[in-house]
Amino acid sequence: MTTDQVVEMLTSPLMQRALLAAVLVGAAAPVVGTFLVQRRMALMGDGIGHVALTGVALGWLVGSWANLVPQDALAVPGAVVAAVIGSVVIELVRERGRTSGDLALALMFYGGIAGGVLLIKVAGGTNANLISYLFGSISTVSTTDLWWTAGLAAVVLGVGLGLRTALFAVSHDEEFARASGLPVRVLSMLVATIAALTVTIAMRVVGLLLVSALMIVPVAIAQLYARSFGRTMAAASITGVVVSVVGLVLTYWQDIPPGATIVVLAVLVYAVAAALRPVLRRPQPVRDPHPDMVDDVLLADDDVDEMCVDAPDPAAPGR
Amino acid sequence: MSASVAAEAPVVQADGVGVALGGQHILSGVDLSVASGEVLALLGANGSGKSTLVRALLGVVPTSTGSVHLFGAPLGPSAPWSRIGYVPQRLPAAAGVPSTALEVVMSGLLHGRTLRLPHGARRRALGALAEVDLTDRVHQRVQDMSGGQQQRVLIARALVRRPDLLVLDEPTSGIDIPTQATFVDTVARLRDAGTTIVVILHELGPFAPLIDRAVVLRHGRVVHDGAPPRPRGDHADDHHDHTHAHPDPEPPPTGPTLSVEVGP
Repeated sequence: MTTDQVVEMLTSPLMQRALLAAVLVGAAAPVVGTFLVQRRMALMGDGIGHVALTGVALGWLVGSWANLVPQDALAVPGAVVAAVIGSVVIELVRERGRTSGDLALALMFYGGIAGGVLLIKVAGGTNANLISYLFGSISTVSTTDLWWTAGLAAVVLGVGLGLRTALFAVSHDEEFARASGLPVRVLSMLVATIAALTVTIAMRVVGLLLVSALMIVPVAIAQLYARSFGRTMAAASITGVVVSVVGLVLTYWQDIPPGATIVVLAVLVYAVAAALRPVLRRPQPVRDPHPDMVDDVLLADDDVDEMCVDAPDPAAPGR
Repeated sequence: MSASVAAEAPVVQADGVGVALGGQHILSGVDLSVASGEVLALLGANGSGKSTLVRALLGVVPTSTGSVHLFGAPLGPSAPWSRIGYVPQRLPAAAGVPSTALEVVMSGLLHGRTLRLPHGARRRALGALAEVDLTDRVHQRVQDMSGGQQQRVLIARALVRRPDLLVLDEPTSGIDIPTQATFVDTVARLRDAGTTIVVILHELGPFAPLIDRAVVLRHGRVVHDGAPPRPRGDHADDHHDHTHAHPDPEPPPTGPTLSVEVGP
């Protein structure tokens, strides 16, 4: 590609909107994803996405009753409402116990999709109308869509980063968070809610069926290399932006679906990163696995002495 | 306002506490009062309700009957959470996202409605990690640490608040002897500084000399509350044979394993 082509791409208003949406979603989704992975709820985004489809169809239905033009004007608000309700229900089920949570999640998956398909027909639409929500339609992002995306992304990033330590505390060790008097339930609901908001903004970029990928895969990539929670989150967010923008740019020249391209790209990055991990990862400094045993005494000695001194030590409490 | 009340109120006051989980009564009618500066051991067999009692006292599990007051304040948002430090038995099963010792300890600075880190959080967390001799592992993933090191991270997370009440759930289970000794030293130092300590123990073990009072639970009820059930003086070893099989008692051994060999 030449400079002219790049300039042409960047001056296209359609592409400008799409790129902005990609950057916002690419940055915000992995931030939420980091908390979800830590809570071992990596599939929560999927569950919310399925439920959001019913919300899209409901919005469509209400829109057609009210004779709104375009008919899908209420699709995004409908998705937001359904996603938030769905996420709260999933969180409540999780709180009650893990055994039934799995099943409840499955019920929401299928109920959400089936409800969406059913309602869209009732609303006078066709399944084809749902495809753009299921698989994304970033190239048709309108200015209104962009405002929605920017607003919700700001909320997600504001909560996710502003309350990072509190959400970390609750996600890392819920029991300790309760014993610290933290409002565990409110914070858990907050994670669920920002996950729901992320699903609805990412819906336009990668589609409801692939939304979770943008939340989870960058985190999976980041944690291959990062040592801390903070760095995992930062690296995942950067990865999310890079794959979203690169995937989108590819589709400007190639006739391929953007959402799927972005996700395939992310999965490829994961595969490469995982394959290179043994080569690239800084070797761990050689450590004494039990520095608190008798190390101080032996620090000045060489290896041979250490073995001699070590040998009788474990024998004493042996029997 | 409540400062004068809190000074006189017991650190922990539980009245008729009952806990039912999944339809099963785990605790019933537990009364417990812990005075300031006391070192209390909670003893009992597996399943006797020790951990559940401690969790109920700290609001981790809901109580079905009775009431709990901490420093004179009822359990809830108004309780003085900054004065309470809890050390669970172990870290929850490793999640996917790595977290460093420093991050885990810093999360201990949040409590009650303090949802953002105070100024100097990093410095305080580093100080707490230094107290448990983990200065050189501050940036290591807790998931990669040994059980004893993880336990020390958990202690640092509780200490970083400078708590007036420290609650430990079997701090020495599955921990090697030298690390156990480090814990006992830490607890002794805190006691000397006036910290109230509630510790769940499977057996008194190396903590024996520190314990002022013991509460024994059996099937969710208090069956003993008073002096720790232990042999005195040079018999203060949990593996000691109480039948006086040997004529002249030896000086107190430093580790519980040393006297095992004495028997026939």
